[in-house]
Amino acid sequence: MTDAPYPHRHLLGIQGLGPTEITALLDLADSYAEQNRSIDKRQSLLRGRTVINLFFENSTRTRTSFELAGKRLGADVINMQSAGSSVQKGETLIDTAMTLNAMHLDVLVVRHPDSGAVKLLSEKVNCAVINGGDGSHEHPTQALLDACTIRRRKGRLAGLTVAICGDVRHSRVARSNIYLLNAMGARVRVIGPRTLVPSGLDRMGVEVFHDMRKGLDDVDVIMMLRIQNERMKGNFIPSIREYFHFFGLDREKLGHAKPDAVIMHPGPMNRGVEIDSDVADDVERSLIREQVEMGVAVRMACLDMLTRGLPRSKGAV
Amino acid sequence: MAARTSTGLVAYINARLLDPATGLDARGALLTNGETIADVGPGLFQGGVPAGMEVVDCQGLCLAPGLVDIRVQLREPGEEHKETLKSAGEAAVAGGVTSLVCLPNTTPVIDDVATVEFVARRARKIGLAKVYPYAAATKQTEGKELSEMGMLAEAGALAFTDGTKAIRNAQVMRRALSYAATFGLLIVQHPEEPSLAEGGMMNEGEIATRMGLSGIPVAAEVIMLERDLRLVEITGGRYHAAHVATAEGIEVIRRAKAKGLKVTCDTAPPYFALNEMAVGDYRTFAKLSPPLRSESDRQAVVAGLKDGTIDAIASDHAPQDQDSKRVPFAAAEFGGVGLETLLPISLELVHNGHLGLVQALRLITSAPADILGLPAGRLKVGAAADLVLFDPERGWKVAAKKFHSKSKNSPFDDRPVQGLVRRTVVDGRTVYVNDV
Repeated sequence: MTDAPYPHRHLLGIQGLGPTEITALLDLADSYAEQNRSIDKRQSLLRGRTVINLFFENSTRTRTSFELAGKRLGADVINMQSAGSSVQKGETLIDTAMTLNAMHLDVLVVRHPDSGAVKLLSEKVNCAVINGGDGSHEHPTQALLDACTIRRRKGRLAGLTVAICGDVRHSRVARSNIYLLNAMGARVRVIGPRTLVPSGLDRMGVEVFHDMRKGLDDVDVIMMLRIQNERMKGNFIPSIREYFHFFGLDREKLGHAKPDAVIMHPGPMNRGVEIDSDVADDVERSLIREQVEMGVAVRMACLDMLTRGLPRSKGAV
Repeated sequence: MAARTSTGLVAYINARLLDPATGLDARGALLTNGETIADVGPGLFQGGVPAGMEVVDCQGLCLAPGLVDIRVQLREPGEEHKETLKSAGEAAVAGGVTSLVCLPNTTPVIDDVATVEFVARRARKIGLAKVYPYAAATKQTEGKELSEMGMLAEAGALAFTDGTKAIRNAQVMRRALSYAATFGLLIVQHPEEPSLAEGGMMNEGEIATRMGLSGIPVAAEVIMLERDLRLVEITGGRYHAAHVATAEGIEVIRRAKAKGLKVTCDTAPPYFALNEMAVGDYRTFAKLSPPLRSESDRQAVVAGLKDGTIDAIASDHAPQDQDSKRVPFAAAEFGGVGLETLLPISLELVHNGHLGLVQALRLITSAPADILGLPAGRLKVGAAADLVLFDPERGWKVAAKKFHSKSKNSPFDDRPVQGLVRRTVVDGRTVYVNDV
């Protein structure tokens, strides 16, 4: 298995992946992106395989994206959503793993509000696990789809300067992107008020800015983060108004970036909080719609790659 | 485990006698008569053991005072599925601990005379390690109203603490120190500023940030210590800081001692043997309170033990069952069991060349006993015959599943260690034997 393009059983995070593995996933995603634009989008690669989306946190777009990815590859896809935070007790999590094992599924996609919970689950199940976002830890498929989107527009990742702006403290998207962009040779900046930049971040291969205009100076890519109200445990910012004034992306602040700098956002956007509608909807600069499109392609690539390592059942192609 | 009863004379011969209180480290013998030490010294039984005595041949192994552990969480009453007085007693003697002091954070809280007496009576009946309670400094450990310290002390409470909770309100702390000083009593603090620690799960810094876990800053310990020491200064109270774990916190205590304040402190084995890296892949067994800190903090704890700033080592035994630990890191309870690893992990300080054997033993025998005024931790004629016989060199591997404690949440599981307890004696009775 060592010469396989992705020699791992699970996709739990970007940390620990090398450029070869990341590139293999991105290349595969590119080919699925082309296929998704054709009329006949359906494949039978995963016929007979079962994919379960297990979401312990509310999500519409990530879950839909995984569901569509699984179905386009011909898998049976089932969504299990535990509303809100009612199922967070650990024994329940391990009991859930035991239940899933008895169902003989092939791939489990998990989103959980606690950092490390997906890893805990992956140790207890006998199928491949994809991390659909765990706490403030990682969201690997988001980083992959972001990279895929950038690469298609800019033609490369290496050498680009990427600014990640906003609530980095609570953001799993930021962490996965920092790992991925560093692995691929991009230069990463982080911009936010000091209360939203966690301690030790400067030792993770990023340059930290607290002045948005300086931070955006000459960047190629601007990644805005959602202000995660649901994870704010205290008053990290005094008001939305003040936040937008200093750290919201508007036309004026955008002017400090390169003239061809692109804007990204993992969604869902808080218009007027972290991003002005005027720039979010700018078709020349905003890649937000394409990110969603690449989301499906990247998740198809991940499902494809991870099921290659699974034993083939008789019915499969 | 063999529980033999002995009421007569027992001669422990061919022993390496270690008495940290006097600095004794010599080959010799010890005689117990019933519950007390009748004689001890290098010259004893030079001419042979008189007839009629039971003889224990120590084969050159170390015979020391039984260990005194001044920070143990019992789960009885209230959470007997995690630990009982009996299972804790068995764990203690298996670890060479003959006296332990338990925290008041049980259900009900140890904050009235009846509960103090319940714990003491239950422990006496079990007859393993001796159990002495701390009582709550404030009623229900709520940090609001002072407990009946004077009466609780008369009933047997050794000192006063809100256990795993910090006494948060400065005015309450000031009055607790001041009132306790009326009777010469000691206040023990969990030095962590609660509002800075709130929601935190591990040491704040790069590793917590990478793992997406909220951190507890070093300042949480430093600020609480600095505040408390100001209050010690204005009240003249006696203050003990439990499980100090940061370089800056230790420095604060070092300065307070230099000033002549009545302050002592202890640390626990995880804080000099592990650092935040142990949290690794979300290992909940390494989720401790206070959190494991950085490598430089760990080194500062070792330095504090060497120069005497840290007065004692306590196990900080905190049993948690599987349901409390086999969960996502954020949901897991804090704490690790420690009674059965207190001796070997403390001996790492000897094997690594940081401390002499007598010096290390002092930290887990006479020094903690002195802080609380316990008549324990000494090889003294007339003292209770509480002894541990151990092989300081013998290597073994920590296997938590074999622990006597009901809970297996050890941050040291699988660690190769040196130093094995061979026999534990409480009041002259052998309560634990490991024949290897």
